[in-house]
Amino acid sequence: MAEVIWGLATSHVPSIGAAMDRGKTEDPTWKDLFDGYAPARAWLAEHEPDVAIVIYNDHANGIDLDIIPTFGIGTADRYQVADEGFGQRPVPDVIGDPELSLHLLEHLVDEGFDLTVFQELEVDHGLTVPLSVWTPDPGDAWPCPVVPILVNVIQYPQPTAARCYALGQALGRAIAGYPKDATVGILGTGGMSHQLAGARAGYINPEFDTMWMETIQTDPARLAALSREELIRQAGSEGIELIMWLIMRGAMNDQVAKIHSHYFVPASNTAAGVALFDNRVSQPA
Amino acid sequence: MNPETPAGRFDLPGTPVFDGQTSRRGLRMNKMFMSLRTAQNRERFLADQSGYCEEFGLTPEQQRAVLDRDWQAMIDLGGSIFYVYKLAMMDGLSMQYLGGVFTGMTEQEFQAAMRAGGRRDG
Repeated sequence: MAEVIWGLATSHVPSIGAAMDRGKTEDPTWKDLFDGYAPARAWLAEHEPDVAIVIYNDHANGIDLDIIPTFGIGTADRYQVADEGFGQRPVPDVIGDPELSLHLLEHLVDEGFDLTVFQELEVDHGLTVPLSVWTPDPGDAWPCPVVPILVNVIQYPQPTAARCYALGQALGRAIAGYPKDATVGILGTGGMSHQLAGARAGYINPEFDTMWMETIQTDPARLAALSREELIRQAGSEGIELIMWLIMRGAMNDQVAKIHSHYFVPASNTAAGVALFDNRVSQPA
Repeated sequence: MNPETPAGRFDLPGTPVFDGQTSRRGLRMNKMFMSLRTAQNRERFLADQSGYCEEFGLTPEQQRAVLDRDWQAMIDLGGSIFYVYKLAMMDGLSMQYLGGVFTGMTEQEFQAAMRAGGRRDG
C-alpha cells in the first residue's frame, strides 16, 4: 500500500518563481522569504517520496472559462509547462503517474467525488512554483512523478472548505488502498491573505493567516467549517485559495508533526506562507 | 464604480466576487485576454486592437475599456483579474501597478503599502 509521508502547504505566487528564475533570491526584497524556505527544503531533500500529489488551481493557462471543473485530476504521463504570456519558466516538464491517477480517480468517484479528467494539461505557476519551493534546483527533472489535482478557486461558487476537507479525507483512504508500495508527498498550494482587484486590493490579515497556519495542524475541522463569505472577508477574494490546504490536510493523519513553518509579507501583492508536516507520527489510540 | 456594476454578492465593500453572472458578462473579453498567451496573438492584437476585440465579440463598452486600458472598467464589465492580468503583462505592467490603479495609488505607493505589511483597513 501507499503511505503519505509528508504534507507541504505553500503559496504559489508567480513572482516567487520569477525571483528564482531571475536569480533574485538574495535581493533584500526576497531574502527573508527564501531564507524561510531553507529548513523545509533541507528536510524534504532527505525525505524524497516516490510520487507527489499537488493540489492546485490553474490561472487562465491550462483551462479556460468555457468549462470550469470544480475538481479535476490529471491522468497524463507528462504535463508541459505553460507559457503564461511571458515565455515558459526554465523548469523541467512534469512527469505524471497515470497508474496512480487512475486509481485515485476510481476511488474518489466511488466515494462520490466526481472529478473531471484531464488527459492533456499544461501546468502553470500554480503547480510549478510549489515544486520550486520544494526543489529550487531540479536540474533536468523534478524529484518524482506528480499527480495534479485541480480545484476551482477562481469562479464563485468555489467548493466549500468542508467539501475540500472531505475530499482530502477520501484522498487519504484512496492512497492507503493503492495496491503498490509507494511513499507519497502531498502539496496543498496557494493562499494566505490576498486580494488582487477592487478598492480592498492589497488587504493583508496576518492574525487570520497565523491562526490558519496553526489550526491547519491541530484542528482542521474548525477551518473546514468556515463559509466562503467568511474566507473572502478574512483572507481577501483570492485568499479563498486556502481551501486547497484542507485537501492536503484531510489526506493526512489526525496527528501530524510540524517540521517547519514560515510567514512572509509581501510576495508581490500577497502574504506567503509555507508549512511542512510529517505524517509518520504515532496516533492517539 | 461603473453604474452597470451589480450589487456585490456579499456585504464586502471594495471586494469584487467573480461569480457566474460576472463570468457570463465577461466571457468573450476574458477569452480574448487568455488568447494573449502566445506571441503570435499578441502581435495580431497590437497590430489592430479594435479589430481583434471585434473578432472575439466584445461589447462596445468592453472594447472601449480595453482600448483605453481602463482596468477598473474591465473588472466592472466582467473581467477576471487573472485574465485581465494577461493584458497588463503584455503592456509590461505589474500586479502592483494594477493594485495601485484599483486603490487610487501610484505603483510606488502601493508597493510601499505592501512592504509596510499590506493594507489593513477593510
